[in-house]
Amino acid sequence: MKILVCVSKTPETTAKISFSGTDFDTAGVQFIMNPYDEWYALVRALELKEAHGGTVTIINVGPASNDPVIRKGLAIGADDAVRINAEPQSALTAAKYIAEYAKTGGFDLILTGKETIDYNGSEVGGMVAELLDLPYISYANHLDVNGTAATVSRDIEGGTEVVEVSTPIVVSAAKGMAEQRIPNMRGIMMAKRKPLNVVEPGAASDHAKVVSYEMPQGKTTVKMIDPENMDELVRLLHEEAKVI
Amino acid sequence: MVLVLADSPNGQLKKGSFEAVTYGKKVADAMGTQCAALVLGNAGDAGQLGQYGAAKVIHINNDQLNNFDSQVYTSVVADVAKQVGAQVVIVSHSSAGKSLIGRLAVRLDAGSVAGVNQLPTVDGGFKVKKNVFSGKAIAEFEISSPVKVLSLMGNSIPVESTGSAVAAESMDVNIPASKVTVKERKTIDGTVPLPEAELVVSAGRGMKGPENWGIIEELATELGATTACSRPVADTGWRPHHEHVGQTGVAIRPNLYIAAGISGAIQHLAGVNSSKVIVVINKDPEAPFFKAADYGIVGDLFDVVPRITESLKKYKAAN
Ligand SMILES: Cc1cc2nc3c(=O)[nH]c(=O)nc-3n(C[C@H](O)[C@H](O)[C@H](O)COP(=O)(O)OP(=O)(O)OC[C@H]3O[C@@H](n4cnc5c(N)ncnc54)[C@H](O)[C@@H]3O)c2cc1C
Ligand SMILES: Cc1cc2nc3c(=O)[nH]c(=O)nc-3n(C[C@H](O)[C@H](O)[C@H](O)COP(=O)(O)OP(=O)(O)OC[C@H]3O[C@@H](n4cnc5c(N)ncnc54)[C@H](O)[C@@H]3O)c2cc1C
Repeated sequence: MKILVCVSKTPETTAKISFSGTDFDTAGVQFIMNPYDEWYALVRALELKEAHGGTVTIINVGPASNDPVIRKGLAIGADDAVRINAEPQSALTAAKYIAEYAKTGGFDLILTGKETIDYNGSEVGGMVAELLDLPYISYANHLDVNGTAATVSRDIEGGTEVVEVSTPIVVSAAKGMAEQRIPNMRGIMMAKRKPLNVVEPGAASDHAKVVSYEMPQGKTTVKMIDPENMDELVRLLHEEAKVI
Repeated sequence: MVLVLADSPNGQLKKGSFEAVTYGKKVADAMGTQCAALVLGNAGDAGQLGQYGAAKVIHINNDQLNNFDSQVYTSVVADVAKQVGAQVVIVSHSSAGKSLIGRLAVRLDAGSVAGVNQLPTVDGGFKVKKNVFSGKAIAEFEISSPVKVLSLMGNSIPVESTGSAVAAESMDVNIPASKVTVKERKTIDGTVPLPEAELVVSAGRGMKGPENWGIIEELATELGATTACSRPVADTGWRPHHEHVGQTGVAIRPNLYIAAGISGAIQHLAGVNSSKVIVVINKDPEAPFFKAADYGIVGDLFDVVPRITESLKKYKAAN
């Protein structure tokens, strides 16, 4: 089974987010692999390879400064990696480059995370699927592949749905699909020798882009309520906050 | 034309769809055009969407559309969008909508913004805002393509019933065969799913163990609220995964979020700080969550939570 795992780079979850003008200010910000890509998509891909044989390739669309994140993916166990050397300004551009590469690879399974924790789009997987005319199962919390038959359980409102579909498919990974793996020393050493191919992209144009950022309005001051007097809380929720 | 796809999982239209149509009507007004609603598969009375501002309701009530398949739905929605000349296509930011938005953007060669939570401005370019960095910032996007695709975050706009029901009409479209077979669908009956819930009662590690959740469930039942939890609580199996809210769980924006025994770590706040009103119960007055709260109670949750339930009962009896 040939598996392609799309990995993106995002600011670390406790990073302070600030902007200089209209740009995200990256000074002092640590970057990580998007948690859904690392914890679920990549680990499940490796488990499937371990069970059925095959290869796991990771792909990232991004600049050379993303290489440490890609190397981490190799250290966790991917066989090889591809970086499309571009700074995508939108989900569509990232997806077009991924699809272009995937077309040449004959992949049975393309995995993405359910969304990035920076732009929170949950768009790239569907875009790649549409560009390749493949089924797309999103928010998968469980994935099994046997030959070409895939069984996927996915999150829906207030529950789950189990579907069957034949590969090739695109699946976006959510919590439950696998357990996070920490790279060991051997993995880290081996990662240095695994291939990381850099591909120069063709042209792509963005239809949507960020024009400005603002910070959300923080809460003013919290109103403290006497723990003995919950009648007062109920009154405030009704009369002041008007939520009950 | 502004085209709104109304979700009807389990054959019923949902509040998220009424919000999306209300939103679509306002976008249409701003653009000087009309709003059409599209309903796919079994959905009961589709014409009721007229009440929320749809001038036209298209209901393609074909059994092949009762199960959601992103590939089939994309094909049908795009077909309808072309037939009605849609300039803007709106879906809910639901499990179906999130699976569709990317595909639709590609199919319609459209710019897309997923998870918008405010109305766009349309003078001098089409601009619309959404939360980014898991709620730590807000970004304004400009879409430059002739066709635009948006998904609307739940609870972003109050439902407005301004119009009246219309007669739903059908439309000839090509429905491709689905490559996906739905084997099973398990949903918990009786509770509102978290992403749609207006009232949420959530608890964390301060609960000490899963056997203590009764007081949380009683409060939730009294309020008619949905229960949620912090990540470690879901990770250790005290509560089911689908209750996990935060940056790596479900992002929610209810009217009321009550948090008991949750410290308020930055990753937790990222998924809940868009809630309109936040009540925090913690025995530690220094808990970081108080900084994000509207109402704070310093105390032992095992005393405070049952007291809130009691006060609610009293209040309900009196009103
Ligand atoms: C300088 C700069 C400016 C940017 N400006 C914008 C902007 O204006 N608007 C904007 O939306 N984004 C912007 N980005 C972010 C970048 O384009 C994102 O990768 C892209 O938008 C996808 O984000 P998303 O949240 O839609 O992804 P999602 O659709 O949420 O991602 C889902 C999954 O797709 C895969 N994926 C996503 N991105 C990549 C990638 N780059 N490589 C490989 N796999 C990927 C991952 O598996 C991920 O889990 C900018 C980035 C840079 C470096
Ligand atoms: C990459 C990453 C992603 C993450 N994503 C998420 C996420 O999506 N969601 C999430 O929730 N977390 C997430 N976390 C974890 C997060 O950092 C915190 O560890 C977690 O939110 C803490 O959960 P908690 O508040 O339940 O527990 P704790 O931090 O242990 O807090 C328990 C609180 O209960 C209070 N308490 C104890 N006993 C009582 C009592 N009797 N009465 C009243 N109060 C009491 C304590 O004072 C304390 O404040 C993530 C972490 C990482 C690294």
